Formats: sequence, C-alpha cells, structure tokens
Amino acid sequence: MMQKKLQVEAIQHGSVIDHIPAQQGVKILKFFKFTQTNEKITIGLNLSTHNGKSKDLIKVENTFISDEQANQLALFAPNATINQIKDFKVVNKFPVQLPSSFIGVLACPNSNCISHNEPVKTRFYVNNKSVLKLKCHYCEKSFQRSFFTELD
Amino acid sequence: MNNPLYQKNIISIADLSRTDLELILQTAHSLKQTPQPELLKNKVIASCFFEASTRTRLSFETAVQRLGGSIIGFDSGGNTSLAQKGETLADSVKVISSYADAFFMRHPQEGAARLASEFTEIPVINGGDGANQHPTQTLLDLFTIYETQDTLDKLNIAFVGDLKYGRTVHSLAQALSLFNCNFYFIAPDALAMPDYILEELTDKGINYSVHASIEEVVDSLDILYMTRVQKERFDETEYQHIKSAFLLNAQMLTNVRNNLKVLHPLPRIDEIHNNVDDTPYAYYFQQAQNGVYARQALLALLLTNQFQLEV
Ligand SMILES: [Zn+2]
Repeated sequence: MMQKKLQVEAIQHGSVIDHIPAQQGVKILKFFKFTQTNEKITIGLNLSTHNGKSKDLIKVENTFISDEQANQLALFAPNATINQIKDFKVVNKFPVQLPSSFIGVLACPNSNCISHNEPVKTRFYVNNKSVLKLKCHYCEKSFQRSFFTELD
Repeated sequence: MNNPLYQKNIISIADLSRTDLELILQTAHSLKQTPQPELLKNKVIASCFFEASTRTRLSFETAVQRLGGSIIGFDSGGNTSLAQKGETLADSVKVISSYADAFFMRHPQEGAARLASEFTEIPVINGGDGANQHPTQTLLDLFTIYETQDTLDKLNIAFVGDLKYGRTVHSLAQALSLFNCNFYFIAPDALAMPDYILEELTDKGINYSVHASIEEVVDSLDILYMTRVQKERFDETEYQHIKSAFLLNAQMLTNVRNNLKVLHPLPRIDEIHNNVDDTPYAYYFQQAQNGVYARQALLALLLTNQFQLEV
C-alpha cells in the first residue's frame, strides 16, 4: 500500500512544474502553448499543500523545460520548482529563478510606448528589490508585475 | 585616449557616465570660446521632427549650421508622406539614415529614439521622446550650471514649480546626482517630486529636502531652477497661494548669494516676474543660447575625434 496517495498520476519521462500558486496553472499552460502539443499532459488545480494553502501542478510527458522557459515561469510562479523525470525518477530538481530581463513575452503597459506596432521584441529589466518591478527598455517606465499582460 | 562618445547615441541621460558628461561640458565650453565653423563640413545631419518643437529645432539646426554641416529633414512628422503612408518608425529610420551622418529626432512616443538607434549604424540623438527623455535639454542645463558656477560638485540647487510632470527636472536631478549636489524641492503638494525619483536619490545617498516656499531657502542657493506651474490645474484661491510661494520676483532676491543664477527651461508665463530680468541673477536667456553650444558639443563628439577630456 502507498504511504501517501498521489494526487496526480506519475509520469515516465518529462517535467513536473510544482508549487505553482493556485489560479496560475492554466495561465502557464496557455503561455507555454502546452495545450498545442500532442504530448500527454496532466494538471492538478487547487491541490492541497502541507501548510493548508492550495497550489497548481503541471506534468508534461517527453518535454524538458529549458532554462529560458524556467526563467519565464517566474512571471507566474516565482516559487515554483521544476522536476525533470526519467524512468519515473526525479533526475534533476531546480527552483525557478528570476532572470535579469524578459524578452518578447510581455506587452508594455504604457500605451504610448513605441514598442507597440514596431518590429521589435519587448524587453523589460527586472529590479532587485522586494517588490518586483519591470522597467521597459524603450519607454524606461517601471511597472509592477500586475500591470502587464502577456503577448500572444 | 579616444573620445568615448565617438559614433555613439545620445538617448537617455542615464546612459552617460560622469566622465561622458564632463567631456560634453568641456567641449561645449571650448566651442563657445572658439567657434569651429568648418568642423562638420561635408557632413549631412538628419533633423527629423515627428512631432513639432520649434525651439528645439531652431536650436539644433543652428548648432549644425554653426559647425558648417548641412541639414535634411522635416519639422512636423504629421505633414509628411511618412506618417500618411503608415510606415513603421523602424523603416523610416533605415531609409533616412542611409542619407545622413547623424540622426536627430523628436517623436511623440516614449522609447522612439532608443528604437531608432537599433535600426541604424549612424549616431542617434534624442531630441525628446514623448514624456520620457530630453537629454539635450538636460545637457544645456548642466552646461549652464557648470559655466556659471565653475563646477557641478556640491552645489545647492532648488527646483521650483511642477516637479511631478516636468521631465526636465527629473532628468536634471538624475544627472546632478552624479555630482553630490544638495537638492531643495519646492512644489505645490499636487505637483510634488514623484516618489520613484526620491527613492533613486535616497539610494544614491543624495541630500534633499522639501520646502513650502522659495523664501525658505533662497538665501543659501547657488542655482534656482524655476519651472512653470500650470494655472489650469488649480482654482483661483489655491492659485493665489501658489503665486506667493512658487512665483519669483526681484524683491525675493535681496539677500541671496552673489553667485546665484536663476534658470528656467522657457517659455515662462508668470512664474518669473519681468523685474527679475534686470537683476544679475537672471540667466534663463543665456541658458537658452547655451542649447546651441551643448548641441554643437554632441555633434562634434559623435562625429569627430578632435575633442577629449582634459583633466
Ligand atoms: Zn515601454
């Protein structure tokens, strides 16, 4: 008999993104276009955790999250961890790290910023303070995370 | 040593080091003392105003002509076929810059000059991008302070008026923070210096204080930098109070330091009374003229290797 009942079915090969704040899981699926692959994907939403809060979790078969993708995860789930699975075993486990910049993933909240409607990738620099703020490479304005929308 | 600004862009004051700023000011000083009417002979400078700005354009185009360069461009982007055909800025820049040796531009959108610099090899000078930066204004302000005080270090500088929306005062305070000045901010509550600028100054260890009126600090100042308070932002009673606290007249200058200079980016409306013009402290018209030398200095540094920093 298993010590602990698994909340989400195990995978053989692939990645598990754990400790996603509840409500962010679906956004991450969409953002990484996981919904457009043919690989098997298992998601858990509003799973209970040890401290009584809820979390989301995503398992993707045969897909290994790159460092760049891992960094982009910080936009949704700064405390997430990524587990790489081979033959049902965790071979590598690492936390998401905030990168120094985000390129081509967010739209500038400043509607008068030149980055809209020009052939460039947006770029935002991350401040290293307690409240996360992102500064636009073009218009030089800083905004908190909640003001941003993701580009398609 | 070579000039570190050769073939570089001038987009944002924050991109410039203290050494860069000193080189620009020394070069402006040198060109004011010793005109170089042949320096840009055979150079073609693009002067592109995607948004009209008569003062900046006249000042910049005078700078080009005083150095013997020639100008192509337009004074209001809205009237050009570029705007009407809906071309991207990136494409406009690629085409225009293939004709010229440097690209001076004013644009109504923030970030336009930075973007332009990514689509051309020639130096781009930002003549104002929306509400963001206007580095040539900041440089002429710095040059004027340097010229009148012989230094930029440890000066007592008051900023008065609209400190909330005025990009001029934000950039100037940021640039001067490289020189350990003491700042005094004097503004109506509704137009106070934004927190993010104050935080930046605190992070850099700069001394600043906030005051209710010009008279509280005027006697200990080296520079009094006035800006316009828009009457439309206040009702009549409020404006009467504001007038006494934030508008300058000659009587307020009775006990000031001999080296005090009053500056203003112009145009002024009534924040500096005409009777200040006849005092030895008024320097705003010379400040406007210095715009030509500051812009000459940038052109000279970006396009030639004839100037370098003298220590
Ligand atoms: Zn922007």
